[in-house]
Amino acid sequence: MSEQMIQRRTFLAGLSGLVLVASVSRIAKAADAPKYGADGMQHGWRDDPLTFVAIGEDGIVTVVVHRSEMGQGIRTGLPMVIADELDADWSKVRVTQAPGDEEKFGNQDTDGSRSMRHHFDPMRRVGAAARTMLEAAAAASWNVPVSSVRAVNHEVIHEQSGRRLGYGALAGAAAKLPVPARETLRLKNPSQFRYIGKENIALLDSSDIYHGRAQYGIDVRLDGMLYAVVARSPVFGGKIARFDAAPAQAIPGVVKVIEIPGSPGPALFAPLNGVAVLAEDTWIAMKARQALQIEWNDGPHGTYDSVVYRTELEQAARKPGKVLREAGDVDATMAKAARKVEAEYYLPHIAHATMEPPSAAARIVDGHCEVWAPTQAPQATRENVAKRLGLPFEKVTVHVTLLGGGFGRKSKPDFATEAAFLSQQMGGRPVKVVWTRDDDLHHDYFHTVSVERLQAGLDAQGKTTAWLHRSVAPTIVSTFAPDPQHEAPFETGMGLINVPFDVPNLRIENPAAVAHTRIGWFRSVSNVPHAFAVQSFVAELAAAAGRDHRDFLLDLIGPPRRIDPAALKDSWNHGESPVRYPVDTGRLRRVIETVTREAGWGRKLPKGQGLGLAAHYSFVSYVAAVVAVEVSADGKLTIPRVDIAFDCGPQVYPDRIRSQLEGAVIMGVSLATLGEITFKNGRAQQDNFNTYQVTRMAEAPRDIRVHLLPATDWSMPLGGVGEPGLPPIVPALCNAIFVATGKRIRRLPIGEQLAT
Amino acid sequence: MQLTINGASMNVTAADDTPLLWVLRDRLGMTGTKFGCGMALCGACTVHVDGVATRACITPISVLAGKRIVTIEAIGATPQGKALQTAWAKVNVAQCGYCQSGQIMSAAALLAKTPKPTDTDIDAAMTGNICRCGTYPRIRAAIKQAAAGLEQKA
Repeated sequence: MSEQMIQRRTFLAGLSGLVLVASVSRIAKAADAPKYGADGMQHGWRDDPLTFVAIGEDGIVTVVVHRSEMGQGIRTGLPMVIADELDADWSKVRVTQAPGDEEKFGNQDTDGSRSMRHHFDPMRRVGAAARTMLEAAAAASWNVPVSSVRAVNHEVIHEQSGRRLGYGALAGAAAKLPVPARETLRLKNPSQFRYIGKENIALLDSSDIYHGRAQYGIDVRLDGMLYAVVARSPVFGGKIARFDAAPAQAIPGVVKVIEIPGSPGPALFAPLNGVAVLAEDTWIAMKARQALQIEWNDGPHGTYDSVVYRTELEQAARKPGKVLREAGDVDATMAKAARKVEAEYYLPHIAHATMEPPSAAARIVDGHCEVWAPTQAPQATRENVAKRLGLPFEKVTVHVTLLGGGFGRKSKPDFATEAAFLSQQMGGRPVKVVWTRDDDLHHDYFHTVSVERLQAGLDAQGKTTAWLHRSVAPTIVSTFAPDPQHEAPFETGMGLINVPFDVPNLRIENPAAVAHTRIGWFRSVSNVPHAFAVQSFVAELAAAAGRDHRDFLLDLIGPPRRIDPAALKDSWNHGESPVRYPVDTGRLRRVIETVTREAGWGRKLPKGQGLGLAAHYSFVSYVAAVVAVEVSADGKLTIPRVDIAFDCGPQVYPDRIRSQLEGAVIMGVSLATLGEITFKNGRAQQDNFNTYQVTRMAEAPRDIRVHLLPATDWSMPLGGVGEPGLPPIVPALCNAIFVATGKRIRRLPIGEQLAT
Repeated sequence: MQLTINGASMNVTAADDTPLLWVLRDRLGMTGTKFGCGMALCGACTVHVDGVATRACITPISVLAGKRIVTIEAIGATPQGKALQTAWAKVNVAQCGYCQSGQIMSAAALLAKTPKPTDTDIDAAMTGNICRCGTYPRIRAAIKQAAAGLEQKA
C-alpha cells in the first residue's frame, strides 16, 4: 500500500545520473566514518532526501520512516525532524513506512533506544537538503539569486518582489536539481525549531488508531489467504517423534496440515519444530490444532526446572567466577571491614507479552516472496526468510506494519519465517500465521533469569570501602552460538561493570551459566537485573550504615566527574563514542537531586507508607525515580505516586519522552510485582494473562510525575529514551516497601511476599 | 446467519461456535477489533452488544441473532464514542495503540451508563482492559476529559 502511495506522487527528485552518483558517494563516506553510534551499526545511516521525502503536486509531503513503530512515537518523531528543517506545514505532512532495505535506508534494527539518537542528525540533513532544492528551484524559476529567496512554512518567498510559490508547485522543478552536498547544507539554529522539542504534537497515526483503521501485522488480509496456527515443541530443542494429522484434517474448513522443520543448533531466529494447521479462518485453525495428536521428543532441555535452576545459579554465585573488573584489594579490605553486608537477588524469566501476539502474513508470486510483519528487524527478517526459502535476498520484500508492542520480542522474526515457509509449501498461496497467547508465553525469547550476589565492606564511618558483585545469568549469546556460558560485553556493560561508584576496592565477577530456553532482549535487557540488585543493595548498605539513602547514594557516586567507560572496563558503552558519551556522574547526581526534591524526599509519612529511591545510567541516559508505596496491615500494596527524573540530553519529542517514561514506570511495576515465567519439565508453565499477570489500571500507579531535566544545548549528544526509564523502577519500589514495612524484597516478583 | 453490525445487517458464513471476534476479523475484514488472549482476560476485543461492553473473543455468533453489535469502526457515531476519540487524540493516549480499540469501547460503555465516572468507576470499568505499554494514566485523563466535554454539550 505504501509503495503505491509513493508511486502516485511526484518524487522530489528524479532518477538523474547525477543524483545516483551523489547517493553512492554518500554511502561510501558514511562507511569510512568512525565506528561509533549510527556509523557502527550495520549499514549505518542514510541522509539522501530522495530516499526519505516525496512531495506531491498537491503539496502533501510524504516522509518515509525506516524505523519500526512500536509505541515509542518514531513514526511521528522522525517526520517532525524532517518537517522542521524542511520548513513544512505540519498539517501537510504524512508518513509512510519503509520496507526492509538497509542498503537504501540505513540500519533499521529498532532496538537499543537508538532511533532518534542515531537518526536525528541525518534526518535534519534530509529536511535541509530538500528545502535547499525547493529554494533553488524557486530562484531559478524567478531568475533571481538563490540567496534572495527563503522557504517559510511550505512556500518559497522572494521578498523583494513579493513572489511566492508553494512546495507542491515547486516539487517538479526541484526534482530535476542535484542533491546539495552535505557540507553545504544550512541547518536551523535550534531557536528556530518549530516542531523539534515542542509540545502539543499529536501522533500522525492517532486517527487511524482510534477508529480501528490502523494496520498491525495481525490485521493483514490478502486475497485467498489461509489462516495458520502452529503447535510447536513445548520444550526448546524438542522434536516431533510422530504425529497424526487426520483428526485435525477432518474438521470442516481445514485446508492443510504441514510440519515445520526446526533447525539444529542455536535458536537463532529460526522457527521451532512444529505442526501448522491451515484453515479458512483462525478459529477453525485453533480448534483443529487441539485435535492434532503429536508425540514429542523433548531433547536435552526436557528437565529444565526453574526451581532447581535457581539453586544452581545461587550455588554458582557463591563461588568465584570470571573476573570482569578489579580495582584495589577487595578481599583484604573486606576482611578488615568494620561491617560486612551481603545479599542475593533473584529475577526470574519474564515474557514480553506484547498485546499483539507475534503474527505475520506472506505470499509468493512469480518467485518473489512478500512478507508483512510487525518486525523490529526488517533486514534480519528479509535475510532469514530468503535463507529459509532458498531465495535470493532481492526476491524477498518485507513490509513493516505497525507493531502492537515490541519490547524486544519482535526483534526476533521467527514468526515471519513461519508464514513465508507455509506460503511456500502452499505453492505461494497467502498464509497468515497467528500466535495465540499461550504460544506467545510458551515460545518467547525470554528475558534471562539471574542471581546477583553482592557483598560490601563498610568502614567505621559507614563509608563503602569494598564492593564485590557476582552476576550469574544465561546470556543472550546462547541464542546465536553453541553453549556460551558468560555474559557478553553488551550485557555486562548494562549496569554491572560500569557502576560509577567511588569505591577504591572493587571486583565484578561473572560465574558461568547455561541456557535451557531461548533467551532474548527484553526492554532494558540486563539493566533490569543489574539495577534491581545494585540499587537495592545500596539501600541495604545505607540502612546498615544508619544513613539517609539519598545522601549515601550520592556519596557512593562521588563528586561530579566524567568517567571514560574504558576505566570501568566497559568496552561497549552502548555502541557510543567514549569521548562523546563518557559516564557523567554530575548528570547522575542531578537526576537524583531533582527527583528527591520533587518527590518531597525526607517528608514524614504515616506507618505503612514509604518512599523508595533508585538511580541508573543506561542507553546513555540518566534516570532516577522515587516510588511512593502504601502497604496495608494485611500486606496489600498500592503505589499512589511515582516521580521520575530523566536526562537524555536534548529532547526532540517531549510528549513521547514522557509517555515512554510513564510506560516504563508501569512496566517496571508490572514485572516487579507480578512478572514470572516458570519452567517445569522444560515447559513454560504460564498460558495466558490469568497465570502470567501484568499490571492493570486499578493497580497501576495513579500519579506519575515525569521531570525532564532542562536541556537547551543542542550540541549535546542525544540519549536513549525507550528503555532507560525501566531499570530504576524495580529497586525504587522494593526500597519503598522496605521503608514502609521493614521487609526487604530480594526475590522477584513480589507476588504474595507482603502478605502476613 | 444474519448479524446486525454497526447498523447493517450482514450475512455471515461461519460455524455457530465461532467467536464474534474471528467473524469480524477473518470473515468480514473488520480488523479494528483486536485479538489479545482468547479468554476474555485482556479486553482487546471489546465490542458492544445491545450497548453492553462484551468480549468478542468468547462470544459465539450463535447467541447474537437479533442483537445490535457495535465495533470500534462505528463507535464514533455515538456521542460517547466521538467524545472519547477526540479526547484520546488530545491527550495523545496511545503508544503502540493496539489495545486502544478495546479501551475506547469499554470507556464508551462506561460513559453511556455513568456520565460522570469517579476514579473507582473508571477502575471498575477499565481494569479488564490490559495495556502493556502503560497508558493507564492517560486513559484515565482522557475519559475524564471526554466526560467533561459531554457534560458541557448536554
